[in-house]
Amino acid sequence: MPNMSLNKVKMPEQDPKVRNKNFNEVALGYTKEQAMEEATRCLNCKHKPCVSGCPVNVPIPEFIKELTKGNLEKAYELITKENNLPAICGRVCPQENQCEKVCVRGIKGEPVAIGRLERFVADYHMQKGEKRNIDIKKNGIKVAVVGGGPAGLTCAGDLAKLGYDVTIFEALHTLGGVLMYGIPEFRLPKKLVEEEIETIINLGVEIQKNVVVGRSITIDELIKEGYKAIFVGSGAGLPKFMGIEGENLNGVYAANEFLTRINLMKAYDFPNSPTPVKVGEKVAVIGGGNVAMDAARTAKRLGAKEVYIIYRRGEEELPARKEEVIHAKEEGIVFKFLNNPKKINGEDGWVKSIECVEMELTEADESGRRRPVEIKDSNYIMDIDTVIVAIGQGPNPLIRQTTPGLKTKEWGGIVVEEETMETSKENVYAGGDVVTGAATVILAMGAGKKAAKAIHQKLQGDKNL
Amino acid sequence: MYKILEKEKLNELVYRMVINAPYVARKCEPGQFVILRVDEKGERIPLTIADYDREKETVTIIFQVLGYSTKLLSEKNIGDSLQDFVGPLGKASDLKKHKRVLGIGGGVGAAPLYPQIKKLSEMGVELDVILGGRSKDFIILDDKFEAICNNVYYATDDGTKGAKGFVTDVLKRLLEEGNKYDEVIAIGPLVMMKAVVGITKLQNIKTSVSLNPIMIDGTGMCGGCRVTVGDEIKFACVDGPDFDGFLVDFDECIRRQGMYKEEEHACRIGLGGD
Ligand SMILES: Cc1cc2nc3c(=O)[nH]c(=O)nc-3n(C[C@H](O)[C@H](O)[C@H](O)COP(=O)(O)OP(=O)(O)OC[C@H]3O[C@@H](n4cnc5c(N)ncnc54)[C@H](O)[C@@H]3O)c2cc1C
Ligand SMILES: Cc1cc2nc3c(=O)[nH]c(=O)nc-3n(C[C@H](O)[C@H](O)[C@H](O)COP(=O)(O)OP(=O)(O)OC[C@H]3O[C@@H](n4cnc5c(N)ncnc54)[C@H](O)[C@@H]3O)c2cc1C
Ligand code: SF4
Ligand code: SF4
Ligand code: FES
Repeated sequence: MPNMSLNKVKMPEQDPKVRNKNFNEVALGYTKEQAMEEATRCLNCKHKPCVSGCPVNVPIPEFIKELTKGNLEKAYELITKENNLPAICGRVCPQENQCEKVCVRGIKGEPVAIGRLERFVADYHMQKGEKRNIDIKKNGIKVAVVGGGPAGLTCAGDLAKLGYDVTIFEALHTLGGVLMYGIPEFRLPKKLVEEEIETIINLGVEIQKNVVVGRSITIDELIKEGYKAIFVGSGAGLPKFMGIEGENLNGVYAANEFLTRINLMKAYDFPNSPTPVKVGEKVAVIGGGNVAMDAARTAKRLGAKEVYIIYRRGEEELPARKEEVIHAKEEGIVFKFLNNPKKINGEDGWVKSIECVEMELTEADESGRRRPVEIKDSNYIMDIDTVIVAIGQGPNPLIRQTTPGLKTKEWGGIVVEEETMETSKENVYAGGDVVTGAATVILAMGAGKKAAKAIHQKLQGDKNL
Repeated sequence: MYKILEKEKLNELVYRMVINAPYVARKCEPGQFVILRVDEKGERIPLTIADYDREKETVTIIFQVLGYSTKLLSEKNIGDSLQDFVGPLGKASDLKKHKRVLGIGGGVGAAPLYPQIKKLSEMGVELDVILGGRSKDFIILDDKFEAICNNVYYATDDGTKGAKGFVTDVLKRLLEEGNKYDEVIAIGPLVMMKAVVGITKLQNIKTSVSLNPIMIDGTGMCGGCRVTVGDEIKFACVDGPDFDGFLVDFDECIRRQGMYKEEEHACRIGLGGD
């Protein structure tokens, strides 16, 4: 008899007043008992709607079933057949829009806490599980992966399992992409990211860090060096600015810079870490996505007294994960919905205040989206000493500028064949944010997976290897 | 890891190192730079590629000890390795086969100037160079420049080498004497480059400058290195570091470069850096 409780088993969290001063993880994860209890809420539906809601089709009812029986290693095995980074996805997937959105239990009450269960199984394996040695028969075929974010890592892992000699070329000094430099420690502990990456490297993937493809070596040169296929997963790391007056004042950061200083360069530990960051007392974060939430909550943790999120649409339109919005509110972040910055004012070259205008949403247009428009004469000025711009990122132009024959969209995204992720250039594949624009970890992983499969099919079909 | 193969102290503050870095050495061109981290906990600092050897797969860097990271770097020795060394970054300089070019190097700016002048000399351009520094001891690479230039002029604050005064004083004199240049390439402290442009603009002599804003990734990801050039925002790490000096908003660059003055200072004390 399934557990018919309407609500998810609550996950323990750090008290908001305590956690908004530290970088430890906010959500503490289920105990084994809690996980097993939540697992009994699953009805083990025959038609498995949840699975089709997951971009990588994790066999959800099957792994949950093993969990109810206490077979944690078996559950882990089932998940990792489809998902190489379960501890990460269990934490950062926007589950409410994916697997949990279509869970039958969600029709009346809360859906099964699929993400939390996935996280529990992965964490348990990391702490207690035995290291598995997979027997891989090498086929001697070289494949290059550009970028060590979730898309690249997934593609590399899958190809390595199939026997390919995979090399990841990464521009930074560490792998992980946004998982390392963007998403903060309190949401995704870096040690855990490193461990999940380690399991992929242990499949025999070679890593070349500090290589900027397009500068240190080009795609064409990689082909010349004998890489039979190339997967480009270089992400969407180019920050956008608003183009308003005062954006170059001291004290204005792109969210990428702010978060990179703190996550990648560990500026929160300055001066033990030599990279500094300036947070100030009153911080305005512009934008409403995950990036904005992360920047705001990070600023709060680093001692800012007042942190505002300025978003030009309403609360319903916030693109961030729901859980992060709730957490941000609990931690004392102030949301200013339907507000848009017009100008940043300075004094002696430093940010002094921000001028905003109030907005209202118009009727939905044909696309179904309600456009925000300014309310006349509603401008006002707010004293502020730091501004963090988090209004989106686009693909970095370096690769498209240095790869003749690679078709891209007007906004810079690489054009691919949807079924195979192959680009306009033969044997060059792409996936993740560089194709879709800033999206999600799991979509990037799904793209990496799809490309790995297509690369395998193509290379096996090609008898002239 | 990137091994240090040579180390030489050029003066009290300036060091030259030759580093084994195959990816950088194979592709780099004058005007490009690297970003390095000395050790595992290190800061990412940009340094211009002062010279390279494609066959030996080595890259030369010349740096001035300024704060924590450059001090740490100066304490490394031959045989030690650097944690990270990524490049070549930035755009290669757009070097034209002009008739006559004037190079101006202020302090350690002589180091990034050298590869550009060397390349121009290989292209057959007639070259004059002005090198400046606090005193005779702070002039670097003079012999290297003298070997490939028609004239090398000097300016020192104390008059111990060449004219007493600034490189801009020599620049003014050369122009007054009727010397004609198709282009001026100025690399040094921002205030120096600003002053040079102030003079060359009057005679409309095209002037290239090399900007050195604070950088982190060097790939266009953080936006920290943004500078205003003309009416546009440029990322110095991918769109530069060389820009048309007439269009650069130097005052903004100077202001933004000082953003961490207090912290860098605290850091130096806290860590016994200087
Ligand atoms: C602050 C922040 C919070 C987020 N929160 C969430 C969340 O909660 N949930 C969620 O699902 N998604 C979230 N996202 C989005 C998610 O992180 C991305 O969609 C995902 O990381 C995309 O993966 P990717 O592999 O395509 O690219 P990336 O993760 O961007 O990785 C690209 C990698 O390629 C490297 N690279 C780039 N150019 C080159 C080059 N020329 N040569 C070599 N290497 C190169 C980069 O250094 C990087 O390591 C967040 C993003 C940010 C910035
Ligand atoms: C593209 C580029 C090329 C460069 N090439 C060279 C080179 O060939 N040789 C060389 O000696 N230096 C070069 N620099 C400058 C060099 O990167 C800085 O001197 C170095 O980062 C200082 O690090 P630090 O930790 O020792 O000093 P910090 O403690 O970080 O800083 C000490 C002082 O220097 C200022 N400062 C910080 N960053 C910079 C910067 N980027 N430029 C100038 N001042 C800064 C700080 O405000 C502070 O007052 C270059 C910079 C750029 C952006
Ligand atoms: S990977 Fe994401 S979408 Fe798929 S089951 Fe896990 S949490 Fe749900
Ligand atoms: S839809 Fe919900 S209840 Fe049904 S199998 Fe999936 S997780 Fe279980
Ligand atoms: S250094 Fe980060 S964008 Fe230029």
